[in-house]
Amino acid sequence: MVQDPTLLKETPSQTAGPFVHIGTHPWTVGVEGVFAAQPGQVVAGPDCPGTRIRIEGRILDGDGQVVRDAVVETWQADPNGIFASPVDPRHERVATGFTGWGRFACSFADGAFAVETVKPGPVPGPRGTTMAPHICLWIVARGINLGLSTRLYFPEDAAANAADPILARIESPQRRDTLIAEPWGEGAYRFEIRLQGEGETVFFAT
Amino acid sequence: MSDNRPVGAGSLRPRDLAWHPPAHAPGYKTSVLRSPRRPLIAHEATLSEVTGPVFGHEAIGPLDNDLLRNFVAATRGDGEPIGPRILVHGRVRDESGRGVPGALVEIWQANAGGRYRHLNDRTVAALDPNFGGCGRTLTDETGAYRFRTVLPGPYPWPNGVNDWRPSHIHFSLFGPAFGQRLITQMYFEGDPHIPLCPILNAIPDARAVRQLVAPLDMDATQPFDARAYRFDIVLRGPRATWFENRPEGL
Ligand SMILES: [Fe+2]
Repeated sequence: MVQDPTLLKETPSQTAGPFVHIGTHPWTVGVEGVFAAQPGQVVAGPDCPGTRIRIEGRILDGDGQVVRDAVVETWQADPNGIFASPVDPRHERVATGFTGWGRFACSFADGAFAVETVKPGPVPGPRGTTMAPHICLWIVARGINLGLSTRLYFPEDAAANAADPILARIESPQRRDTLIAEPWGEGAYRFEIRLQGEGETVFFAT
Repeated sequence: MSDNRPVGAGSLRPRDLAWHPPAHAPGYKTSVLRSPRRPLIAHEATLSEVTGPVFGHEAIGPLDNDLLRNFVAATRGDGEPIGPRILVHGRVRDESGRGVPGALVEIWQANAGGRYRHLNDRTVAALDPNFGGCGRTLTDETGAYRFRTVLPGPYPWPNGVNDWRPSHIHFSLFGPAFGQRLITQMYFEGDPHIPLCPILNAIPDARAVRQLVAPLDMDATQPFDARAYRFDIVLRGPRATWFENRPEGL
């Protein structure tokens, strides 16, 4: 890659390792009471308007084994497609009680993680396009050298998904389908992330 | 669209993946089954990547960046952690060299004996009753941060038959954009385990490896108290210039 020589180089990534929880979820691994507040526990507070949804996820490795030591972060817009970030010029209108960011440790028992949130709205995309409702996920774990970025889209949004400029970058329909969550009962979805091999989830580089 | 050039809303420069360790690094065995084999799908940064969570000072306690004290205070003890006392400090900047203010920096580490306070760490070395091993802080208006802690010990790990991690501190960083999210590890100048480490040496470029090795900083040392190491960090991107290219209607 040709780089402007006046630019600094990004600090290289290293794996989060098996003990990442000491930093992200210390109370789950035996380090209690050091921090008074734990960020990432509430994506959409009780006063937040919108449709409540629950996403049940898990991560599988190249042998189909469940990954039980990963940490997943989610980032999303509110029900009107507005982000709780000053970089979004509309952020003053973001929904009450909405942070849009969550951080979840996979269960040591079965690898499951669950995201309680509200359904995001469509988000303005590049060059006048509209991105379908989606949640960005960032996955770190032992054995993952650079955090993996992917997106979750919703099965009921077929038309919006078909017009989504990011999904459009994925040529194979089978691969695109790896980003569509499965309906999993009332207000619930299931999202299985396959790190490698058959049905490998699409991961993005930006 | 067939090229990977960012157009329009993108304000993060594409990440130079050759500067990072590859997903599949056979010397680091766990990476073999946890590495995607399909190419990453490249797309320009959108509003979803140039925005990110905001952390306020109200979320951070006064001892959060003091690992010499924060676990002792939480356990209502009055002891001191065992091991060499150090300060770890530096600046978080973006690729254009500007300091990143308000960045959440989180760290975690082993104690001086190389043991983590984590239910899955079964290393033979002892836990330190006065040391937890986690800390966090927000960078100041210039991007500067600072922690007090102990020098973590090297530890053995199951990879090859006799692999030891160099002394290291895990770092997690948030800039204003979720696309800047980074987790890395800081190493210590002069550690003889550095050239032997399969995780660190998965990084292909020796200059990138050197970026992770913090030098001793005698100028910042606290005499008769703690030595200092300096670890400067670079996050992707200039700060979002997304406003200049915003789609119509916003
Ligand atoms: Fe470690």
